[in-house]
Amino acid sequence: MKKKQGGLLEEAKKSVLLMPSVLLLLVFFVVPILLTVYYSFTNLALSGENARQLKFIGLSNYFTMFKDRTVRISIRNTLVFLLGSLVGQQVLGFIIALNMRNKNRVFRGIVGPIFLAGWIMPEVVVALCCSTFFGDSGTLNQIFSFLHLPQVEFLFAVPMLTVILANVWHGTAFSMMNFQSALDGVPVDIEEAARVDGAGPFQTMIRIILPCIKNTIATNTMLNTLSTLGVFGLIYMMTGGGPGTKTLTLPIFMYRQAFISQQLGYGTAISMILLVIGIVLSVFYTRIIRND
Amino acid sequence: MYWKFRKTIPYLVLTLLAVIFALPLLWILLASFDVNASQAVKIPSQWTMENYKTILINQANQRAFGNGLIISLGQSVLVVLIAGLAAYPLSRYELRYKNMFLYTILFMTSLPITAVMVPVYKMFLSVGLYDKTGGLVLFLTATSMPYGIWLMKNFMDNVPVELEEAAWVDGASAFDSLIKIITPLMFPGICVVFIFTFSGSWGNFFVPYILLQTLDKFPASVTLYQFFGQHGMVIYGQLAAYSAVYAVPSIVLYVLSQNYMSKGFNMAGAAKG
Repeated sequence: MKKKQGGLLEEAKKSVLLMPSVLLLLVFFVVPILLTVYYSFTNLALSGENARQLKFIGLSNYFTMFKDRTVRISIRNTLVFLLGSLVGQQVLGFIIALNMRNKNRVFRGIVGPIFLAGWIMPEVVVALCCSTFFGDSGTLNQIFSFLHLPQVEFLFAVPMLTVILANVWHGTAFSMMNFQSALDGVPVDIEEAARVDGAGPFQTMIRIILPCIKNTIATNTMLNTLSTLGVFGLIYMMTGGGPGTKTLTLPIFMYRQAFISQQLGYGTAISMILLVIGIVLSVFYTRIIRND
Repeated sequence: MYWKFRKTIPYLVLTLLAVIFALPLLWILLASFDVNASQAVKIPSQWTMENYKTILINQANQRAFGNGLIISLGQSVLVVLIAGLAAYPLSRYELRYKNMFLYTILFMTSLPITAVMVPVYKMFLSVGLYDKTGGLVLFLTATSMPYGIWLMKNFMDNVPVELEEAAWVDGASAFDSLIKIITPLMFPGICVVFIFTFSGSWGNFFVPYILLQTLDKFPASVTLYQFFGQHGMVIYGQLAAYSAVYAVPSIVLYVLSQNYMSKGFNMAGAAKG
């Protein structure tokens, strides 16, 4: 009995250095998550009647959400944005990583940083240079007119595609780097052996390379999904969620409900969708890393 | 002939992609030196430094860069200190709850912070931290703690315990050996955590946008956004110059971090897009 207590004391002494982190994480990380869950069951508002009387209203916000057409639109938009970004970033990232293998050093030294640049840039700069690039008299339209193609008002005609392309421009380098290091780990002799046995480039890709890097593909997809779900600034700055509701994703809708309509409770209920998806994916991600 | 052609295909594909990727940034670079900058990439008809001068002597802009610097420095220093302390017991001692703690931390690294911003805003209003730079820094620090601790622990694991044991024999405490032995040995790792945190903070737009209200307190990320919102993107030259100046720390820090990273640290599991 006494021994066990001593063990606990010892344990506590050893953990003193952990305390500042634990405290900070509890106050500014765990509490906000709990508050998110709690507020989503309340009528919390910034002004008006409800601002004075915080009431527990049960599942009311969630029922409203199910009936809210805009919620469905923003879920669909979020999924389109997510899928488009994932496919774009990973396919491009993979193509670049694959083609960069065993290439001339000088060439890699010039081309590599160009791809990386979009990833290093802060979000605001990404939004700005993509807004001008796709602008009505921007670079892309200049190229179109040079090629005698019709002018396109990208941010109005195809706003979702435009923000996806902007996000792909920003995020491709992350996938590229992950695929580069994964491809470096593919044993050269297996590839050689396959070639000697008469496998074409396509077969080598399907049978050798892809199976070798499938863990990287999984982790990369997961990390990209988590970061893409939370994208707010890029879309907010480029289109503000518009025109209309065309690029309204969950984070933007959450922001509008909370800070423009001042319905914090309802806004929080919307962010619960994000949080739940985030938690489920994070659990998967933790599992993957754990089993490695 | 066929072989030669096949060998050049990757070069062609990469070159084409690189040109497309370069164009949006090339605009910033060229427009910032252009007297009559427009929305499209073009070689300036007349080169000028005027855009940069206007941006840099503007006091509001100087303040915004200063604010950004204070926030990012504050956050990075706090993350390094607090995560460094936490990493020591996690790396050196046998603790009963250690694995659970580490997996919780790992789990937290990937949660989307966007989802909790509305409640955080309400919480800050209630406890009087809203519109306070200090409050913002504390919150940002907390959001970086998970990957900070995770990285610091991994770096510390690479420092051999034997070196410390010698110091313990000489009567040094855990704290002494953390400061005098471990810190110098894992200095590159500390730099990596510092740089990661700093550039993440410098580029962060959403959190300060939500948690601050006073114009004079906004960091450069928020003022740049306001600049391009309010001016309806008309003064392209200045806008480009502002972006270029604002992007410099991110670029410099990235290059620096590559230096430290190449010293053989494995960052798997901690990279966050």
